[in-house]
Amino acid sequence: MTRGAGLRARWRAFSEGLAEFYAGPYRRTFARAKREEDDLFTLVVLAEALGVPDPSAYHSAELVPALYPEFHAWHRRIGLDRSPLEHVGCC
Amino acid sequence: MNSLLLLLIGLAMLAGGYLLYSKFLGERVYRLDPAYATPAHQMTDGVDYVPTNKFVLWGHHFTSVAGAAPIVGPAIAVIWGWLPAFLWVTLGTVFFAGMHDLGALWASARNRGQSIGMLSGRYIGPRGRNLFLVVIFLLLLMVIAAFAVVIKDLLISTPSAVIPAWGAILVALVVGQMIYRWRMNLAVTTVLGVTALYALILVGDRFPIELPDPILGVSPATFWIVALFAYAGIASLLPVWVLLQPRDYINGVQLFIGLGVLYGAVLLSAPEIVAPAVNDSVPEGTPGMVPLLFVTIACGAISGFHGMVSSGTSSKQLDSETDARFVGYFGAVGEGLLALGAILAATAGFRTLADWEAVYSAFGQGGVGAFVDGGGAIVNAGLGLPTSLSATILATMAVLFAATTMDTGVRLLRFVVQEAGDVASVKVGKGLATAIVLVVSVGLTFSQGGGGAGGMRIWPLFGTTNQLLASLTLSIVAVILLRKRRNPWPALIPLAFVFVMSFYAAIVQLGDLYDASDWLLLGLDAVIIVAAVWVAVEAVLAMNKARTDPPEAADADLTHAEQSSGS
Repeated sequence: MTRGAGLRARWRAFSEGLAEFYAGPYRRTFARAKREEDDLFTLVVLAEALGVPDPSAYHSAELVPALYPEFHAWHRRIGLDRSPLEHVGCC
Repeated sequence: MNSLLLLLIGLAMLAGGYLLYSKFLGERVYRLDPAYATPAHQMTDGVDYVPTNKFVLWGHHFTSVAGAAPIVGPAIAVIWGWLPAFLWVTLGTVFFAGMHDLGALWASARNRGQSIGMLSGRYIGPRGRNLFLVVIFLLLLMVIAAFAVVIKDLLISTPSAVIPAWGAILVALVVGQMIYRWRMNLAVTTVLGVTALYALILVGDRFPIELPDPILGVSPATFWIVALFAYAGIASLLPVWVLLQPRDYINGVQLFIGLGVLYGAVLLSAPEIVAPAVNDSVPEGTPGMVPLLFVTIACGAISGFHGMVSSGTSSKQLDSETDARFVGYFGAVGEGLLALGAILAATAGFRTLADWEAVYSAFGQGGVGAFVDGGGAIVNAGLGLPTSLSATILATMAVLFAATTMDTGVRLLRFVVQEAGDVASVKVGKGLATAIVLVVSVGLTFSQGGGGAGGMRIWPLFGTTNQLLASLTLSIVAVILLRKRRNPWPALIPLAFVFVMSFYAAIVQLGDLYDASDWLLLGLDAVIIVAAVWVAVEAVLAMNKARTDPPEAADADLTHAEQSSGS
């Protein structure tokens, strides 16, 4: 390894360590905040399907399939044991 | 006695503790195994369980445990002379804190990274767990109330710290934006942030802010306390990336710089210690050294709060079990270094014994003010910075430590209130929970009048509660060691000592509070005493059972981990 490459590798390792030191203590808080945001997003996208009139449903409908993989975990998390949507029989 | 000599002796003792005693603990008592798959590897999830470089993890651990307490405690305790405080800090760090922090880290890492509260449920019983919740609630409440008063006192006694202390909030807000909105390089941001903070210190030193009396119809003391609680409430409600995260980070960097400055100055100037080794003419009203010394210096000698951090977050990020020695034990050593710096500043930073005695005119009078003035004088002599600027640097350092601990405390206490609401099946929202926390802590702070004396009078109770938590942690470690048929004495001796001292202190305080007709604190103290007796009985029963039951199988930790993850 040349001297320049060695220095670059060290700098990268230092930067990564610094980033880790910055973010580490709050990793869990961020993950929780992200999940809450995702849950809210799911609720908004599925509003029409759940019976809440939504003027933007025409635009958000195409996002619905993207939510399916996480759908089961979502409805369990918000306190519904069974799928609230008839056409999604995840459980 | 020369401070440099004392510093070198202290460093040698702490280094000896790390190189010899922690090696003994790691190899013979805890038997740290490099082949053991730590929770970070067993349960990696990218959120809580992440294998982390041991130096980074040490940084996290150290900055989380280092609040204002390792400064405030020793700076008050030198009223009995520098020798008792020095001995308790060094021996306490080597034989008590290191053992305790490493033990908590190991016990948690061997149990899927569970917290001490959960472990107490498993090893001591469900009552131990309930007790833990009560203790943690009181502890956080005391931290919030006491630190509000510490900061208020500093802002009044060192008006030049007002601009940097509040300006640090602005710096943190900008740093948060730089990293998350503008995606700037972290190293560059760090340099800019720290430079801005030190520029604010220069500005603050030039323009000290002294509030008029009265301001908005109240005294400056009341104004600052209310402002601090308002800040802590807002900070704990904002998204963490906006304020708390960059603030904790800048504070962490500043901690390393501040320690470097103080130690560098002692090395260069080597001032004489003017305070007596053992003060036999303590001011009237000073409580007895035994047991109060051992609860006044909690962080910096042994602290239950460290066990919460060790088992709460650090254990989930251990890359290899052998790293526990560096992270846990050396984390305690870092705290000991901070306490040692506080002792040197509060005893060697005065010109004459008379100057020192004038500051230490009554118990609780010295404290963090002595650290700022004394440390400022040392930095002035060692590095040639003007005395007022040095004092501003140290006051800002102390304010930042106390403030980050305070706002995190408000946030944590909010979680405790919300959890308690869950237990009672009442949904408590974020805003309401924060309001409850603020009302209770402001009430406690002002319980002794508008000056906020209530916050500081509970400081000895903080020590007692904190030490009680430490004995709870040590008793869990002892039960585990007994179950595994390993040598339990390195845990049992500190356990017995800390327990006896904190219990004794709580009883002494009960008498004092009764004489002072201080019913609120009397009630709190009584709760602590009941909790202490409770822990003692439960722990002795658990240890007896562990001793008589058949020994735990060598792979019991793993089996338990598999069973629990399956359930």
